[in-house]
Amino acid sequence: MSISLLLEMASSSDPDRTALVSGDMRLTTDELSALADGGAGVIASSDAQHVAYVGTGGAMLPLLLFSAARAAVAVTPLNYRLSSDGLRELIDRLPTPLVVADAEYVDVVAGAGKQVISSAEFIASARTAEAAAEFADPDSVAVVLFTSGTTSRPKAVELTHNNLTSYITGTVEFGAAAPEDAALICVPPYHIAGVSAALSNLYAGRKMVYLTSFDAREWVRLVAEEGVTSATVVPTMLDRIVAVLETEKTPLPTLRSLAYGGSKVALPLVRKALSLLPDVGFVNAYGLTETSSTIAVLTPDDHRSALNAADESVARRLGSVGQPVPTVEVQIRADDGTVLGAGEPGELFVRGEQVSGRYTGIGSVLDDEGWFPTKDVAYLDEAGYLFIGGRSDDTIIRGGENIAPAEIEDVLVEHPHVHDCAVVGADDAQWGQIIVAVVVPASGASPDAEDLRGFVRGQLRGSRTPDKVVFRDELPTNATGKVLRRELVSELNASKEPA
Amino acid sequence: MIKNGTRLQSQVCDTQVIVVRSADSLDDLRAGGAAMVALDAEKSADIELDPALSEGNLMGKRYVDDNGAEVLVTKAGKGTLSVGSTPLTVKEAKPLPASD
Repeated sequence: MSISLLLEMASSSDPDRTALVSGDMRLTTDELSALADGGAGVIASSDAQHVAYVGTGGAMLPLLLFSAARAAVAVTPLNYRLSSDGLRELIDRLPTPLVVADAEYVDVVAGAGKQVISSAEFIASARTAEAAAEFADPDSVAVVLFTSGTTSRPKAVELTHNNLTSYITGTVEFGAAAPEDAALICVPPYHIAGVSAALSNLYAGRKMVYLTSFDAREWVRLVAEEGVTSATVVPTMLDRIVAVLETEKTPLPTLRSLAYGGSKVALPLVRKALSLLPDVGFVNAYGLTETSSTIAVLTPDDHRSALNAADESVARRLGSVGQPVPTVEVQIRADDGTVLGAGEPGELFVRGEQVSGRYTGIGSVLDDEGWFPTKDVAYLDEAGYLFIGGRSDDTIIRGGENIAPAEIEDVLVEHPHVHDCAVVGADDAQWGQIIVAVVVPASGASPDAEDLRGFVRGQLRGSRTPDKVVFRDELPTNATGKVLRRELVSELNASKEPA
Repeated sequence: MIKNGTRLQSQVCDTQVIVVRSADSLDDLRAGGAAMVALDAEKSADIELDPALSEGNLMGKRYVDDNGAEVLVTKAGKGTLSVGSTPLTVKEAKPLPASD
């Protein structure tokens, strides 16, 4: 089905409900629907075959998602933090796009030979335009998202209407939210979580409150002001929110659910957040752009059981991403394709209607039976909880031995003097690669490199001991909290060039 | 067989559905006892809601039969959804916590 139908259902069943709050703008489901009809008219009359969006999001994201759907063209929210060249390069890969840009980015994309319209102009035109309501083919592409490109050239992931609506109708109960429910959305519009938040909260009947440029104090203020009941954050945001809550002790009485994901969250941070917000249900969500968002969740009950468990195998689940959602199947496979059993690490494969696995210019990477290779190293425990061990591309090969950085990071981050860390492989003449731990010290601490190496050696095999420990004030991350490992590796390799 | 994604409407009440998972059984899909027709089809004027099939259906719920067919109610109405005279059943989903 078309994503447009999700809005149609929301607006026909409860037209006067507040759908979203974004800065000064408040729209009911009916107003959002009317604006999307007009927006579709604007897009249709431009003769564009694609819509690109450069901006910080807020109301513009749901508006463009539904306007494009009703004009039967695909939409691509782009990373507004990219350079002008970076943006143009991606826009050039889209077929005859209409570029919609927030005022501050209009100049950045102007002169690229594309039709450009500002977000404000788009909204103004949508209010008066003749409505267009094409019915998009459910198997056609609704959204194209570029991968973050932390390890290679960004790939254009194609998500069809069916991929997205299967995810929504399979994991969200229509209208199940209570009238007072409100979700605070601070994930960027170009991230799959931004797209899925706009669809799932609308479908659940939950007011969407947008925070377009993240600031932890503002986040805390908005939770209180708008009576926010649920929110989703990436690890770096959680870290900053926890820091604010620790110093200011602000109560967040309305907040019932806090989901985190996007990349791995260090366990000490999860424990600290759980103790600071004892009445909040924590949700760890794992998914990829290619899978239309979440494919596994660690529920609030799972968090509590793991935290209170005496049994080590249950306690360990606090570091898992929970169990696959009912509409997705998972398999762990060895390099030769053999399906592995519980406890055996291998590559995670997933299958389901929400899984796209298709890229523009590359085609589908699904195998003959529809399985998608995630490139994530993972294992399942006896009860089916999924543990993610990082990207297979990040594997360090030291003297012929494969080493997963996550294993060492999980140990190091538990050291009281370590706030954050990333373990990477640096070039080495003797070993091929050596293990380097890049450590951000805990506030006020000055950890000793030898002490940290000993700490790891005490818990893991000798070959897992970092050869070297370097210190840094912070780790380079992208906006969604992914550590830019390539950046660390090139710094390390450059620093040991002979003078 | 009806295609997945096909939208159908009732002839005797407000009900509209979309076919999520098709099966041959859906060729005889009814609402309120009368055959469901395409969204753009003309409704027959001389049929009425069968009182025996007027339990109604719920907005946004998925209904299934024993043959693996599944439809999603996109507009609720007074008629019971059935294949022939056998009512469809609501698919109970285990609620997942909000993750985005």
